[in-house]
Amino acid sequence: MALIELKDINKTYNNGQPLHVLKGINLQIEQGEFVAIMGASGSGKSTLLNILGILDNYDTGTYLLDGTLMKDLSEKQAASYRNHMIGFIFQSFNLISFKTAVENVELPLYYQGVPRRQRHEKAMEYLEKLGLTSWAGHFPNEMSGGQKQRVAIARALITQPRIILADEPTGALDSKTSVEVMQLLKRLNQEEGITIIVVTHESGVANETDKIIHIKDGVIGKIEENTRHDAWQGGLIK
Amino acid sequence: MKLFDTDTFREILDSLLRNKSRSLLTGFGVFWGVFMLMLLIGGGQGLKGLLMKNFEGFAQNTGIAFSSQTSKPYKGFKKGRTWNMTYADVERLKNLVPELETVTPTVSFWGRSIARGEKSFSDAVVKGVRPDYANIETPKLRYGRYLTDSDNAAERKVCVLGKKIYTNLFPEGGDPCGQRIRIDGSYFTVVGVDWNEGQISINGSADETVSIPLNLARKAYNQGNIVHLICFTGKEGIAISDITPRVREVVNRAHYVDPTDEQALFIMNTQLIFGIVDNLFRGINFLVWLIGLGTLLAGIIGVSNIMMVSVRERTTEIGIRRAIGATPRQILGQILSESIVLTLVAGMSGIVFSVLILAGVEMAMTQGGILKAAFQVPFATAVLAAMLLTVLGVAAGAMPASRALQIKPVDAMRDE
Repeated sequence: MALIELKDINKTYNNGQPLHVLKGINLQIEQGEFVAIMGASGSGKSTLLNILGILDNYDTGTYLLDGTLMKDLSEKQAASYRNHMIGFIFQSFNLISFKTAVENVELPLYYQGVPRRQRHEKAMEYLEKLGLTSWAGHFPNEMSGGQKQRVAIARALITQPRIILADEPTGALDSKTSVEVMQLLKRLNQEEGITIIVVTHESGVANETDKIIHIKDGVIGKIEENTRHDAWQGGLIK
Repeated sequence: MKLFDTDTFREILDSLLRNKSRSLLTGFGVFWGVFMLMLLIGGGQGLKGLLMKNFEGFAQNTGIAFSSQTSKPYKGFKKGRTWNMTYADVERLKNLVPELETVTPTVSFWGRSIARGEKSFSDAVVKGVRPDYANIETPKLRYGRYLTDSDNAAERKVCVLGKKIYTNLFPEGGDPCGQRIRIDGSYFTVVGVDWNEGQISINGSADETVSIPLNLARKAYNQGNIVHLICFTGKEGIAISDITPRVREVVNRAHYVDPTDEQALFIMNTQLIFGIVDNLFRGINFLVWLIGLGTLLAGIIGVSNIMMVSVRERTTEIGIRRAIGATPRQILGQILSESIVLTLVAGMSGIVFSVLILAGVEMAMTQGGILKAAFQVPFATAVLAAMLLTVLGVAAGAMPASRALQIKPVDAMRDE
């Protein structure tokens, strides 16, 4: 059974004029896949990611996450699924500015009710994994973009989620750091077997993944297998 | 969500301390409201105490009757006649008005000089009283005893001194009982000192009074049958104002005075005066609560406003928290606890500060180790205020918290 199974997902925004963003999305993502969702801005890729991350509702269709139907969830249930199943990585890092790196990483465990000491140990462990031990006590505005994104990745990993959803993870980074971050995600996928879904509009970023799902005007176009990572000859350069 | 674990508390402190001056200024509104409320309550209570001090020792249901010129013609007598009450009136009242408990006659002489050796007190009131006068104005004996029936029967030359006279004649302090002083040229033995400070001036201040046995005073000052004042108390459950007309009728009729002539026999009713004071302070209390609660409310609205601003500012932060798994309840709890902590800390410092100020006032009002009137707010009032603050904190946080709940996690990503 696929980890993620979308059947005929439709989503319309009703801000003044109805906007039909997703027009019948069908998608299956297996456990352990490293997938990119690619599309131009306005193609519906962010909406799709929000639905995958249970951050937003869909109008019709079914979304099975690990065999469980994600529909009409209460806020509390949604929060719990997000907390336990999914790790988020955002373009703008979305770290809490008045908390240190280690406190940011701890936060998901705080909401799980993990005791402080245990939480702290675990957060330090993940920061070490990402080579940030010496930055644990620093605030986000004292760190570089790549460091911030690595803190965000540590925060996404700490709950040991099944899926990591990355929304333009390299969007705010220079090309060198972008490569580093993508390598990191790749390593996590290969070594830990975490399912990773990256949303991007950059083909270079998408090329690092194993499967590229093209989305255009709210429908899924072609799905490329990209095991040789030669979908785009230019490499990861902006 | 546990309210009092260190984590929650640190989260709250973090966000409150992030805007120190803003939290401080917002808290000041609440602080000032509580401070004013407590100070006004304490002040009002203290003033009432000071006023009540004037009636110290007086039974609450006391009537004091004294005769004056008639204002109505009666049975062939013209108005404007002067007359005096006599000892027979005391017996009449006892027999004819069964609702009365104590009926006691007194004579008093103003501007008398009291001396002991070189020391003297020139403007004293010498009061001739029976021992049962103690039922009217309870003596607060610092030394010795009060006058007794046998003092009265034997016409002993003994006296009880008021506080002020005692301190003038015995500046060195100590028990003066057994010592002799001079009242208007005759020598008296001191048997007691009354520490009352009641200021009901109708019969002279208690602290400037020398009490001597009535029978002795009658003779020493040549008063014959004349009674200056008849003091009486009602039995348990009897209102003095209800029996005043009967008292007047009994006394007036015996002296051929119109039984309804209120000027001829003036009756002072302490119950009435206590009632007036009570009403006055009920009004003052009402104003105190109105002003205090009004100020407090303004402060609370300030807190609510600032929390609203804070929630708006933290849209992204709250969105992030929601995205990584905070439940709506946890967000609600956080905003509410921030509001409660801010309100409580500010309010508690208001209570503490006002208690300190009131303690200072009490210290200034204390003379010779004796407190004149209690200004301090009762503990129960402070506890009530603290509970009120918690409720107000919740109320102040309610709107901003519901606003925070409307923030969807998606909003966190919308700042790009």
